[in-house]
Amino acid sequence: MDRFIKHVGTAVPLRRSNVDTDQIIPAVYLKRVTRSGFEDGLFAAWRNDPEFVLNQAAFKNGTILVAGVDFGTGSSREHAVWALQNYGFKVVISSRFADIFRGNSLKGGLLTVIIDQADVEALWVAVEADPTTSVSVDLESRTVSYNNVVLPFAIDDYTRWRLMEGLDDIGLTFKNADSIDFFEKTRTTLKPATLPIRS
Amino acid sequence: MGKTLAEKIWAEHIVRAAEGEPDLLYIDLHLIHEVTSPQAFDGLRLAQRKVRRPELTIATEDHNVPTLNIDKPIADPVSKLQVDTLRANCAEFGVRIHSLGDKDQGVVHVVGPQLGLTQPGMTIVCGDSHTSTHGAFGALAFGIGTSEVEHVLATQTLPLARPKTMAINVEGTLKTGVTSKDIILAIIAKIGTGGGQGYVIEYRGSAIRALSMESRMTVCNMSIEAGARAGLIAPDQITFDYIKGKPHAPQDFDGALAYWKTLFTDSDATFDVEVNLNADELEPFVTWGTNPGQGASLNSNVPNPADITDAEARGAAERALVYMGLEAGTPLKNIAIDTVFLGSCTNGRIEDLRAAAEVVKGKKIASTLRMLVVPGSARVRLEAEAEGLDKVFLDAGAEWRNAGCSMCLGMNPDQLAVGERSASTSNRNFEGRQGKGGRTHLVSPLVAAATALRGTLSSPADL
Repeated sequence: MDRFIKHVGTAVPLRRSNVDTDQIIPAVYLKRVTRSGFEDGLFAAWRNDPEFVLNQAAFKNGTILVAGVDFGTGSSREHAVWALQNYGFKVVISSRFADIFRGNSLKGGLLTVIIDQADVEALWVAVEADPTTSVSVDLESRTVSYNNVVLPFAIDDYTRWRLMEGLDDIGLTFKNADSIDFFEKTRTTLKPATLPIRS
Repeated sequence: MGKTLAEKIWAEHIVRAAEGEPDLLYIDLHLIHEVTSPQAFDGLRLAQRKVRRPELTIATEDHNVPTLNIDKPIADPVSKLQVDTLRANCAEFGVRIHSLGDKDQGVVHVVGPQLGLTQPGMTIVCGDSHTSTHGAFGALAFGIGTSEVEHVLATQTLPLARPKTMAINVEGTLKTGVTSKDIILAIIAKIGTGGGQGYVIEYRGSAIRALSMESRMTVCNMSIEAGARAGLIAPDQITFDYIKGKPHAPQDFDGALAYWKTLFTDSDATFDVEVNLNADELEPFVTWGTNPGQGASLNSNVPNPADITDAEARGAAERALVYMGLEAGTPLKNIAIDTVFLGSCTNGRIEDLRAAAEVVKGKKIASTLRMLVVPGSARVRLEAEAEGLDKVFLDAGAEWRNAGCSMCLGMNPDQLAVGERSASTSNRNFEGRQGKGGRTHLVSPLVAAATALRGTLSSPADL
């Protein structure tokens, strides 16, 4: 995974709440067995609408998506994160994310940033007034800044460290393999096994 | 101070806890399917890793499979490749799989419980958000993404931040014709699609304790639609009786039972939040909008967005009515339906089919619509056929299909056409969820059956 320390780019205002995973990428686009190529399905239902924000020339090259509350509700499909990344997004900002989507995004290096709804609204207004507004998302200082505005955001120390180092969770867990061995050896086994098939 | 049920299960599965780090939690059962696993197996191959505990892992094919002609090769080559990839991965890594045609194939959340693999006190994960279903047995069960699927395959653990706890107390007695689906739809309408975000929900109260196991699964299934990754119910005699005799029920049943009986929230435990709902007042509930929180009593009208004070919710309601092609003030019972879908991990179990069959028995569905009946698993289908339910549905003019996720998610051949309107026993009414441009009303199996007969949204009381 690439390290994430700071990203500077332009923002795309997505003035909608409850953008669920079926809007981010509908199920028919989940048939691929690879991790790439999912940008085709990103916001598929809206992409034919010339009014849709990603179809406006001014916002075509944005890398920071600024969405309404409850972004990423619904399915656990990590394809939603891949679709955003494959399209070119590095950061999504919202006042609230669905748990599974947020977990997936932070595993995969797409930074999800939570700020107050009033700050989201102000950011929408600023980038709509001037789509070239430079927005900086700094994980080290945990701030979003644009024009003269600096907004602190919260992210736990562990996740921040892992993203800044570009480490994946599996590698980190393998360092604790002894703990897993110990747990398996010492627990009582009243739990079922799937093998062998007894039915 | 005492512990909540979720806290007890969590504590029992901590492999490692360190200050400033997420807990490393042991996973007792990992369910996998064709859509969210291929990239995880690729990751294992790339890093030359094995599946750590294949005997705690089980696979089936459900999301991307047809429900017709299952004896023939899958027609869509991209779907066929995805299913073939799962089969090849399971063969390579030694994972048990139930493929199309096998009696234990079906929707992954129907398969686990019917095999008796879902038991109280376990941690259960799957690359599917409706894994919360298994919480009905007093298990801590939640959906995960593909990176986490790979993590569990490789290590049988997951690093997780401790969730907050929420109690939802449902006291009272349900009226005839009101079901657990109506309970959960009313809960989501009350707390919203983000209301449970960051919490594990424990459903409590006399109305919950009175529910059958399969009805409890319907409630826990839709926890995620309220934003909660997991929802659970303390196990009791109803739970124990349901597990007894299942293929993977514990051989030392009494030993397991002694442990299961410790799985409840202590009387002096506290929840971070408590929500109360009165079961006496509930009526059949349906959704009118494009998220599961946009629901109302079937006896009411399509709401007027102008009456909604919160600007965000008002805007969402306005957009939803445009998408759904509905006028504010229209009685919900006047809404004409094109397709009735009975099935899914929410309502595709034998009790759901029995309840709907009871309503349509000896009658004909409206000539203006089609009805798809899709058992949640091949075993449910066989059981229903042994009871003659297939004949009841076929005689009424419905279609009797093979097991799978079917029309719940608009991925396999079972989809709505643009503008087509469904009454669906599934879990999501998102825009395009059941097919591009399709319009979904979430309903209980009883409402689905009555709607099929009358042609408009209806409950059995309207017949």
